[in-house]
Amino acid sequence: MTSLDPAVAQREPTRHSTVTRVVIYGLLVLFAVVYILPLGVMVMTSLKPLDEVTGGNMFALPQALTFDPWVQAWSAARIGVSETAGIHGYFLNSIKMVVPAVLISTLLGALNGFVLTKWRFPGHNLVFGMMLFACFIPFQSIIIPMAVILGNLGTFGNHLRDLTGYSFGFGNPIVNLVLVHVVYGLGFTTLFFRNYYEVFPTELVKAAMVDGASFFQIFRRVMLPNSMPIVIVTVIYQFTNIWNDFLFGSTFAAGDSAPMTVALNNLVNTSTGIVEYNVNMAAAIIAAAPTLIVYIVAGRYFVRGLMAGAVKG
Amino acid sequence: MKISLVGSATMDRAQPASLRAKAQAWLPRIVLAPSFVLVLIFVYGFNLWTFFLSFTNSKAFATTRLVGLANYQRLWDWTFASDPPSNWHTALVNMAVFGLLYVVLCLALGLLLAILLDQKIRGEGILRPIYLYPLALSFIVTGTAWKLFLDPRIGLEKAVHDWGWTSFHFDWVVTPSKMIYCVAIAGIWQSSGFVMAMFLAGLRGVDGEIIKAAQIDGASTFATYRRIIIPMMRPVFLSAIIILTHLAIKSYDLVLSVTGKNPGGAAELPSTFMYSFTFTRNQMAVGSTSAVIMLMTIAAIMVPYLYSELRQKRS
Amino acid sequence: MTTALEIKGLCKRFGTVDVLKSIDLSLDKGGFLVLVGPSGCGKSTLLNTIAGLESVSAGEILIDGQPVNGLHPSKRDIAMVFQSYALYPNMSVSENIAFGMEMRKVPKGDREKAVAAVAKTLQIEHLLDRRPSQLSGGQRQRVAMGRALVRQPRVFLFDEPLSNLDAKLRIDMRVEIKRLHQQTGTTTVYVTHDQIEAMTLATRIAVLKDGEVQQVGTPGEIYNTPANLFVADFMGSPAMNLLEGRVAKNGGAAAITFVAEGGSPITLAVPSGVGTGHLKDGDSIILGIRPEAVSDPQSVDRNAKTVATFDAPVEIVEPAGSDTFVVTRVAGQEITARMRADADLKPGQVAPFAFNMEKAVLFDPESGNRIR
Repeated sequence: MTSLDPAVAQREPTRHSTVTRVVIYGLLVLFAVVYILPLGVMVMTSLKPLDEVTGGNMFALPQALTFDPWVQAWSAARIGVSETAGIHGYFLNSIKMVVPAVLISTLLGALNGFVLTKWRFPGHNLVFGMMLFACFIPFQSIIIPMAVILGNLGTFGNHLRDLTGYSFGFGNPIVNLVLVHVVYGLGFTTLFFRNYYEVFPTELVKAAMVDGASFFQIFRRVMLPNSMPIVIVTVIYQFTNIWNDFLFGSTFAAGDSAPMTVALNNLVNTSTGIVEYNVNMAAAIIAAAPTLIVYIVAGRYFVRGLMAGAVKG
Repeated sequence: MKISLVGSATMDRAQPASLRAKAQAWLPRIVLAPSFVLVLIFVYGFNLWTFFLSFTNSKAFATTRLVGLANYQRLWDWTFASDPPSNWHTALVNMAVFGLLYVVLCLALGLLLAILLDQKIRGEGILRPIYLYPLALSFIVTGTAWKLFLDPRIGLEKAVHDWGWTSFHFDWVVTPSKMIYCVAIAGIWQSSGFVMAMFLAGLRGVDGEIIKAAQIDGASTFATYRRIIIPMMRPVFLSAIIILTHLAIKSYDLVLSVTGKNPGGAAELPSTFMYSFTFTRNQMAVGSTSAVIMLMTIAAIMVPYLYSELRQKRS
Repeated sequence: MTTALEIKGLCKRFGTVDVLKSIDLSLDKGGFLVLVGPSGCGKSTLLNTIAGLESVSAGEILIDGQPVNGLHPSKRDIAMVFQSYALYPNMSVSENIAFGMEMRKVPKGDREKAVAAVAKTLQIEHLLDRRPSQLSGGQRQRVAMGRALVRQPRVFLFDEPLSNLDAKLRIDMRVEIKRLHQQTGTTTVYVTHDQIEAMTLATRIAVLKDGEVQQVGTPGEIYNTPANLFVADFMGSPAMNLLEGRVAKNGGAAAITFVAEGGSPITLAVPSGVGTGHLKDGDSIILGIRPEAVSDPQSVDRNAKTVATFDAPVEIVEPAGSDTFVVTRVAGQEITARMRADADLKPGQVAPFAFNMEKAVLFDPESGNRIR
């Protein structure tokens, strides 16, 4: 077959003149600079004392390099009208919210994908379609009912606590956020796993059935071990989306239980007093750090996740 | 002896098997059910609820007093109230401006970068992550960064002044009428990398022999891209437009963080309109109506697309 | 007869790998040259260098006497048909065919006329407004050929055009290609790994292996007098029988003996015309004889002068419809014989086999070359 021929591996002979290549590289580098610049400015601003920021050029390197803004952001800055100083508390809130939400929505998505592809039933396409559409709704259209329901759940939780002396977590803002993120993440996680399992060899499942394995045994012993790539993609995608969410966080978990993004926004948009740009930037970088690190470490899975969500099938 | 053993074995399994088998047959659906029910309630149910609210007279709290299409009528009237512009009118205009700039420029930039990266250049391993990393950031972080960057007193305008060009003006981020453009700039910076990734994958899927055929036909590189490769990218364009449009309609975090407290409502978008009318101005019914309109717009784009995609899969 | 295509000392390296090692070929105008060989032998690379899609590391390519080494593919006056057809998906069939002319700024009226003429020849007039995705494999193939035809090139290049078709369609299209070649008389270079295609289509065949030409010749020459063991084995299906034996020389006459384990040696006469002068008694030698030259005594060629007949055990019988292939063992080595269709043989039987020694060839085991 010609495909083994090394000649065919080349898609086109490079016929670009030197001028063209200079233009191409030039454009690419120029854009790279534009893309990096905002982040670079953020980092540099966060390392400058305030007078350097307000008095100087944002592109200039820090003259009096200081990590004080970072310390401030983490433990001392005033965030809106909250009593907790610094953003470390909110950082923790975000973690407490993200971890359960990612785990639950991923697991459910995997099970759903498994059912939708290997245990087809009449109407499975419609069910999938309906769950898929859930990915695209604007959250504004469900925020009011959600607020009402969460409020009711909170009252219910208070009654339960009075009755049994034990708090089931109803009404706890973090628990609310976990619920919200799980529900609205189901569409995406199901999509990812469904597309992945669609091309997963059904023969493996049938072989396991012949061997006498039950539904959950097949899931645990056959599907999951072979799903590492999509699990990573889904976890990264969900982690990024949920960590970066703002709308749900600001609506359902204001105050001390707010997640990182809400705290950041409150910090940056305080209208009273002097604006401490350097502290704001430090806080922003701290907020962005987890997802950025995930991206640097596992970038290709990140992209794969986007593509899986975007180009269906 | 052998025969009877086999006989008894099958017989032993006959009775409990049917019950167990039935349970096993229904198990997949039972497993799927919770998720499906959750989606039914929290997505479709809630949407219906909001839809219902849009027909009521709710103010700070939900009421069940129906007022027919009054809210829709109000929004309709406000759409055309341009002098002075009503919030809704501003929101729609901004939506159109922002949406158009965002989608078109993301497509253009994404396509350009993808074509450049596709030219067998070295260093793609470094360049591609650089174009993509903004996607990992929260919209709040993006807005915060750009708000600083475009700030006339400490950002771009000041920096350019320091370099000598003292008549340079770029105070758009604090000029109410120009704020939406800054939101667009930040949004394009964040999302164009994603569009680039989609186009790059599409370009790389082009059969090499088609390029060879075009070479033999005498097409220049430019003509090959214009006449053959870019038209082949039509499905990617479609996917990208769908995703970008729906992101644009949903934009909320980005506007908030770039414009701060949205002075005067100049950078109002339907998403911020909904929020302020529902939670700040205690006009829940009007807010619900705007949410319903947002939903309908998205549905009008997504439902035909999803339907055609899923149908193709079956055939 | 002018030489339409000449390749002199062509070399091609990719990094440190020599993909083509000093190729020399020539083709007369109107000829049909087939480049055949196993995967990785360099045949596609060679085609790409002729087309100008690949550069050359050393050597010359001349089309109609004109060196084309540095010329862009579109300037070499060639046309190419690809394995995957490479039709432009977003254009209609007529636009696909006309695209090259458009690039060369041929006026619209002329373009339409040319497209219509070619469509008539290939009987695709009814497909002109369709998109490639709406066509079947065979139809796409014809459109690809139409795109090449309309260019009226000096040389036609085919890169395994039939590999993507199913077996029956492949045979139909093969006949079409041959008919087209007879009609237009265009010089053609055709790449394939299928030796049956090579044999049926070519006026000249070049067998390649590891970037080197093993033999160039007419199909008959390649088939009946292969230059070496590789060509002998590669061409022809089922493959040529190759038997290891020793030279037995008695004065001037030479014969080949095959030693059987625990049996008497079998001796076969050296085929006439083979130069045995330099052979010494006891030398190792390989005898090659094709299955159709080993058959039952009734089917053997009446005019053959040298026929050796003896009994041998029948091991496997494969009825193939038009013939029956029988695997037997002679002197410990397996031989495939082609019997007539109604030869009623059973495994385990002993049957007479007739060897038509006129058709046999001898090879030197060390170099692999045929002994002439």
